[in-house]
Amino acid sequence: MAAKKTSASATKTAAAKKDQETLAKINKLAQNALKSVKAGDNPALDIRIRALSNVSFNEKRRVIELGNKTQTREFFNVAMARKFMQMFLIADKCRELINADLTLTIRQMYYQSKHTIANSTENTFEDQSESDPIIEDLEVGIDALREELHLFANKRGLVAGPLVVNDAGDQIDLGQMGRGGWGIPSICEDGVLKFVRNKASFVLLVEKVAVWQRLNEDRFWQKNNCILMTSEGQAARGIRRLLQRFATELKLPVYVLVDNDPWGLYIYSVLKQGSINLAYESMRMAVPNIRFLGMSSLDYKKFNLSSAVQIKLNDEDIKRAQQMKAYPWFQDKKWQREIDELLHNKFKMEVDGFLTKSITFIAEEYIPKKLKDRDWLQ
Amino acid sequence: MAKSSAKPPKKKAVPPTPVKAPPPAEPIVVKKPAPEPVPAESSQKKPARRASAEAMGLKQRDISVSEFFTKNRHLLGFDNPAKALLTTVKEAVDNSLDACEEAGILPELRVEITEVTEGRFRVAIQDNGPGIVKLQIPKIFAKLLYGSKFHRLRQSRGQQGIGISAAGLYAQLTTGKPVLIVSKTGKGKPAHRIELRIDTKRNQPDIVKDDFLNDWPVEHGTRVELELVAAYRGGRTGVDAYLEQTVVANPHLGLTYKTPKGEIIEYPRVSNELPREPLEIKPHPHGVELGMFLNMLHDMETDTVKQVLVSSFSRVTPHVADEVCAKAKISPKAKAGTMHGEDVERLHKALGEVRVMAPPTNSVVPIGEELLKAGLARRFPNAEFMVSTTRPPSVYRGNPFVVEVGLAYGGDLPGDEPADIMRFANRVPLQYQPKACAISEAIYDTNWKAYELQQPKGSLPIGPLAIAVHLASVWVPFTSEAKEAVAHYDDLLKEMRLAVQECGRKLGAHLRARDKAASEQKRLGIFQRYIPEVAAAIASILAGDKDAIAKSFQKALPNYVKLSTIEQSNGGSQPPPQAPPAAEPAAQAVPKKSASKTKEAPKKKGKATQLSLL
Repeated sequence: MAAKKTSASATKTAAAKKDQETLAKINKLAQNALKSVKAGDNPALDIRIRALSNVSFNEKRRVIELGNKTQTREFFNVAMARKFMQMFLIADKCRELINADLTLTIRQMYYQSKHTIANSTENTFEDQSESDPIIEDLEVGIDALREELHLFANKRGLVAGPLVVNDAGDQIDLGQMGRGGWGIPSICEDGVLKFVRNKASFVLLVEKVAVWQRLNEDRFWQKNNCILMTSEGQAARGIRRLLQRFATELKLPVYVLVDNDPWGLYIYSVLKQGSINLAYESMRMAVPNIRFLGMSSLDYKKFNLSSAVQIKLNDEDIKRAQQMKAYPWFQDKKWQREIDELLHNKFKMEVDGFLTKSITFIAEEYIPKKLKDRDWLQ
Repeated sequence: MAKSSAKPPKKKAVPPTPVKAPPPAEPIVVKKPAPEPVPAESSQKKPARRASAEAMGLKQRDISVSEFFTKNRHLLGFDNPAKALLTTVKEAVDNSLDACEEAGILPELRVEITEVTEGRFRVAIQDNGPGIVKLQIPKIFAKLLYGSKFHRLRQSRGQQGIGISAAGLYAQLTTGKPVLIVSKTGKGKPAHRIELRIDTKRNQPDIVKDDFLNDWPVEHGTRVELELVAAYRGGRTGVDAYLEQTVVANPHLGLTYKTPKGEIIEYPRVSNELPREPLEIKPHPHGVELGMFLNMLHDMETDTVKQVLVSSFSRVTPHVADEVCAKAKISPKAKAGTMHGEDVERLHKALGEVRVMAPPTNSVVPIGEELLKAGLARRFPNAEFMVSTTRPPSVYRGNPFVVEVGLAYGGDLPGDEPADIMRFANRVPLQYQPKACAISEAIYDTNWKAYELQQPKGSLPIGPLAIAVHLASVWVPFTSEAKEAVAHYDDLLKEMRLAVQECGRKLGAHLRARDKAASEQKRLGIFQRYIPEVAAAIASILAGDKDAIAKSFQKALPNYVKLSTIEQSNGGSQPPPQAPPAAEPAAQAVPKKSASKTKEAPKKKGKATQLSLL
């Protein structure tokens, strides 16, 4: 993964500087803990809370922002001692990574930091679901991004389109990626990924890999001169960062095609204004003017779909839809109508449902018509 | 077995205790109209005489006590085979203990029970007591109502001198086998081996065989063997329970018990201290019965009333005697023998009303707090907590008494069953009729919930708990002659409640401290587990010394864990709580959403220094 071939030594020195800053932050974390314990005090660290209670919707910027509420993580507190310990283990491993100029996935980090505590049968981490939140805690706790800690998530998402990029020194033509497309790296910062040449006039992101493959096979991106992406479900950080860069650096409009269900709406919502959990990164990832192309609850009638596409809403879907209806960023009338219609329909639909019409219906009729009619939500 | 061979008891008629005074010299005749004869059946004729007074007189004769017993054996605790076994062991052990204590010997007892054939047991009890002079052996073991204890007002286990001979009689009645006694009074003296029967008609011993043992390997002591029809049962009323409890109340007793199953259970002595010798006391004026008082007067008929009062009662000074006489309107100089009827009643009433000092309490010998605990520890060696209380002596109806309570908690005691209650009167376990006993009532009445124990309404506390209550008194008031339950006197109950509550409070305090210590111990364990990890990480980040950093954490630790509570509770009793369980991956740390303190960032916190870099 690590970039070695880069000719631009400037980026290298910039990265090195960033690393020094991160090391200083980790160092300070340890210094402060030691100082307070030497004074007989309880070593503690304030971490901003990543929960709905501490996020707010910034109307002006149209992103979800993390509030100032913090939780104090103390060592001499039975409820927190373990997490405190875990945080220092992760911090120390990150320092090692930075010094060695290596990167790890968060799963590898889990194994790196996992061991059995002396004189016990207890492990420092029991599974990855324990270490992932600790990594996020460390990010907010010392104000360092994941990539600054030399960590990344497993990559997810595919892209194809008339665009040439330079990734860590390799020139890649995204129009030459065949049937499989290019896997979107988990770190898409401008330090490692650069846009070389772009011919596309918009970006289309679809939720499902299957839909992406259908469209790629139809050479949809070529015919419509766009960048075709899939998030493979909820969008990972790399995709979101990349989307934001398409929107800001290349000034491309971004459209989203997700299933017609609360989950699809939420995927869109996260892309648009950020997630609760990563609210502290909203500014770097959100695409506030992203467009919701579909599929809409209203499409059922609009495209005269057969009742075969209906999937009954379950209790959880209804609950989720009602929750989302209350989110401040869905208070726009058009959004309220969209959610109301979903609840009123009492069914959800998958994009694949268009196959009831014909195999190429999505590529040749649905998307072009929606775009032509400017039939999207924003 | 050894019934004070030293001083042969005075031959004195056993005074029946009359409830009413005998008729006054000049009977007051109350004229009543003769009742109308009730007409018998339909016949109007007088019934025919069936026997003359003379004829009836021929049939009237002495009833020997032995004969009486054969017909009423339930009165003495031989109602059924299981109880017979218990009573036999109990009478023999009680006698041995009393004899050893009186002679000043630390008792070493051996109880052997063997099942000869089904339903037939051979019981042997051997002590290291003073032995019995040969002449007395037949009377002690084969004559009912013969003994040294009945005539004295003094704290002792047995009281009537009926027990061991009754056991012998029961054995004889059920198996026909004689009682075998071996006794030796000292080094160089012969060991007499005597087989006895009781002549039930005459209440006289009948020596079957009289022998010597040349090689009895005992310096002094007595062995009695009986064969009886019996049943061996476990549980609260069994022999095993009796011996276990005896061991609790008699820490100075060394006991070896061979069970009918062939097991040998040893209870080595835990105290080399003999109980203080109880002083014999005279009756207290507040506790004397009218009939007994009458006998006292007539025994000393030539003395004056005042002399009798002063010499026969404790705490009655000449001054008090004058006061009693004045109250009863009787001359202090009147001869005791002239007192009859109403005079006696007035005197008796005055005795009960006059203000006198409480009886001397040195006549009562409690086990003592430390020794009671030692006794409990012998039966419950793994108990985590033990506490005992000996109340100051008190008086009911002129009888001094002392109540003691001991509690044992935890260890092998079952945690989900009602508490194990041990009742003792003068160190003798009471095993029957718990519901009728004042001791049980005192325990039921106590609110055990206040002492961190469960207690269903109106029942015993639930928990790994054993409660021993001992009532020591010159005269223990039993509800019946079977001596199974203590009567409900308010003064007794009050002392029992106070003693139980005092122990209960201490137990409650211990349990609370223990819980606290356990939670502190757990907290400590968590921190100590994580300190090396955190210290290593910090040392690695700062390129510092891991051990020095760990030491800094250890130094700060007492500010957050109350180590003192842990130490205190360890010091409480024998086994210290185990080291913190190393396993159990800190349940607290697992919850996904951190349930930690939420607050606005700018607010400053008291003790914890903020490390926020935000």
